[in-house]
Amino acid sequence: MIYLDLFLTFFKIGAFTFGGGYAMIALIQSEVLAKGWAAQTEVINYVALSESTPGPLAINAATFVGTKVGGVPGAVVATLGVVLPSFIVILIVAKVFTKFKESFVIKGIMSGIKPAVVGLIGTAIFTSIMAIINSIFGGEAVTLSPALICSVVIFVIAGGLELKKVHPIAIIVVSAVLGIVCGYAGWI
Amino acid sequence: MSNLCTLFLSFFKIGAFTFGGGLAMIPLIQKEACEKHRWVDEDEISDIVSISESTPGPIAVNAATFIGYRVSGFWGALAATFGVVLPSFVIISIISALLSMNYDLRVINYAFFGIRAGVIAILFQALYKMYKKSPKGIFAYLLMAGAFVVVVVCKVNVFLTIIGCAILGLIYSALVSRRGKHDLS
Repeated sequence: MIYLDLFLTFFKIGAFTFGGGYAMIALIQSEVLAKGWAAQTEVINYVALSESTPGPLAINAATFVGTKVGGVPGAVVATLGVVLPSFIVILIVAKVFTKFKESFVIKGIMSGIKPAVVGLIGTAIFTSIMAIINSIFGGEAVTLSPALICSVVIFVIAGGLELKKVHPIAIIVVSAVLGIVCGYAGWI
Repeated sequence: MSNLCTLFLSFFKIGAFTFGGGLAMIPLIQKEACEKHRWVDEDEISDIVSISESTPGPIAVNAATFIGYRVSGFWGALAATFGVVLPSFVIISIISALLSMNYDLRVINYAFFGIRAGVIAILFQALYKMYKKSPKGIFAYLLMAGAFVVVVVCKVNVFLTIIGCAILGLIYSALVSRRGKHDLS
C-alpha cells in the first residue's frame, strides 16, 4: 500500500525534524533512498527547487516526493503526513504553554538535539557531494575532469554570492545558468 | 465563520510569499498576525519562535497552528494550517507535473547540474546558521561530530541518532544541574 507507506514515512520525517527545513534533508535522503523513491541527485534537485519556490521546505519536499511516487493522491498523503505531527504537538503545547517553555526536560532534550542537527546537516552536505561526484564519474576513478572543475567553480561562485548576502533564489538561478553554459560548452 | 475565513486567507498569503521557509516567514507573520489583525502580540511571536524551535515540524506550520488555535480553537488551527500549506502544495504539484514531462531535455539537465553544485553552498550556510543557534562547548561539539560520524561512517539510522542525542542532552543537563546544586551547598 504505497499511500500508507508515503503517509507513515513523511509522518516520521515530520515528527523528527527540529529547527525547520534543512535539518530534515538528512532524514529525507536516508528514507527516500532506502525506499527507492528517488535517486540521490533527484533529492538535491528537490532541495534546490524547494528553496526557489515559496513555502516551507518540508511541505515542498513532501509534495515533490509524493507526486513522483503516487501522483496527486501521493502528494496529498505525504504532505498530510509531514504536517500532522507538528499540528498535533502544537495543539497540545498551546494549552500547556508556560509549563512547556520552562520545562527542564524539554531544555535538556533540546540541548542534545540542537548540536545533533548541526552534525546531520553535515551528513546531508557530505552525502550530496558524494552523489554529485558519483553522478559525474559513475563509480569510476575520480579524475580532474572538466565536469568536476565546472562543479567546483559553480560551488565557489555560489558561495561567494552567499557571502555577499545574495538571495538564495538568485544564487540558484545563477548556478542554473552556469550549468547550462558549461553544458553547451561541452564540458559536462 | 468570518474568523476562520480571515485566518485561512492570511496564512495562505504568508505561505505564498515566503521563500526559503522557516525564519524568513516570521516578519510576515508579525505583520499579518500582530499589526493587521491583532491576533497575538509581539511577545507571543517570540514565544512562538522559541516553541517552534523546540517542537518538531516546519516553523510555518507550528506558527499557523498556534495562532489559529489562539484565535478560534481547533477549527482555527485547522484553517490557518491548511492556508499556509496550500500555496506550496499547488505550486510544487504544477512544477512536478512539468518536470516529469520535460525531464529529459538537455537544457534542464544542464541547469540541474549547475544547481546541484550551487545548493551545496546554500547547505553550508544552513550549517553555519544552525551552528550559531546551537549551544557551544565540548559536550555540544562532541554531539555534532558524533552525529556526523555515526551516520556517515557507521551508517546508523538518522532517527535513532536524533533520539540518542536527545537522551544524551537530557542526561548531561541533569548531571550539570546536580553538580551546580552541589557546588552551592
